[in-house]
Amino acid sequence: MTFNMTYTPGERRCEGGTASDPGRSDSSKKNFMGISRDSALRKGTILSVGTVAPDFTLYVTPNQTLQLKELLGRPIILAFYPADWSPICGDQMALYNEVLSEFTEYGAVLVGISVDGVWCHAAFSQNRNLHFPLASDFEPKGAVARKYGVYRDEDGTSERALFVIDSHGSIAWSYLSPVAVNPGADGILAALDRLASRGTA
Amino acid sequence: MSKLSIAVNSHDHVQGNPDALWTLVEYGDYECPHCGAAYPIVKRLQEHLGDKLLLVFRNFPLREVHSHAEHAAEAAEFAGENGRFWQMHDLLFENQQSLEDEFLLRFADELVLPRDKLSQSLRHGTYRDRVASDFRGGVRSGVNGTPTFFINGRRYEGSYQFDDLLIGIERSSVTVPLKGDGIRMT
Repeated sequence: MTFNMTYTPGERRCEGGTASDPGRSDSSKKNFMGISRDSALRKGTILSVGTVAPDFTLYVTPNQTLQLKELLGRPIILAFYPADWSPICGDQMALYNEVLSEFTEYGAVLVGISVDGVWCHAAFSQNRNLHFPLASDFEPKGAVARKYGVYRDEDGTSERALFVIDSHGSIAWSYLSPVAVNPGADGILAALDRLASRGTA
Repeated sequence: MSKLSIAVNSHDHVQGNPDALWTLVEYGDYECPHCGAAYPIVKRLQEHLGDKLLLVFRNFPLREVHSHAEHAAEAAEFAGENGRFWQMHDLLFENQQSLEDEFLLRFADELVLPRDKLSQSLRHGTYRDRVASDFRGGVRSGVNGTPTFFINGRRYEGSYQFDDLLIGIERSSVTVPLKGDGIRMT
């Protein structure tokens, strides 16, 4: 990847995986009070399959909003991620950007969501040539992430979490990834496959 | 743990012993600096493991962030069709800073391949489907960035440092039977 960042050979920036799973080791770190970060951070529980996806309206450009309800009638992919510009997020969004045509084949739309502001999203999106909207869960901060049970209080960001919502607005699949691991797109595609085969896509 | 959804087959570019104990599948992007850094390490692994390792390379170009990756991959496929896949693969990784079309044509010259034909196939996207098919299979197998390695069909989660990869390979004991329809040696 050429993002003008330094990288250490052998340390894969694209995924961040190590044999011991950095995501897990990261989230099991203890804070100064000896409380595991995971239990301290995870206030909510990720919304599960069958739940009606909470509606929201968020800015996707400095003067344009997107409402979830308006997208219904086709599968919707919501990709919550902690932050623009951070290496893993960038690669995750870069991957989805490449897989977009496959998502489109299912008639699905993809929306990325983080707590970054609209101008930050605009710069990030332009820098990475992203062809899908990034919604700004900025004010009140993380409100949508909280509704979906994927907000990290201590970090002040959302989790790295994926939702596939069916055309009627129910959550068909959800996945909470270790925050340091790029979850890839295979789970999303498998969920879209299942929706297509049951005919409710 | 993610598994390789498309087994190693006769359409793959392979190097080494088809009956090797271990098969290392790399999903890579010729313009990705991490793949460039992994390239000599994979070579060392091949030297170290000899007949015990079969290497497979599949394309995973991130075209939106690496503007030359797609044509580089297509050039390698073109070379592959002319029996020079691995030579082109090596040239591309050894010249990662020079992957514009004019350099790809020079690499064709260097490998005594018809530059006009390469130029034509890049223009017409002759190998685009082949590259896209590698990419799609990779996504389905859980490839989330580059390089991603699969050892005997299972995604390797560690770093691409020599020692880590070697341990990852040697600890993998299950062999994946290769299809018997003739692995193309290029």
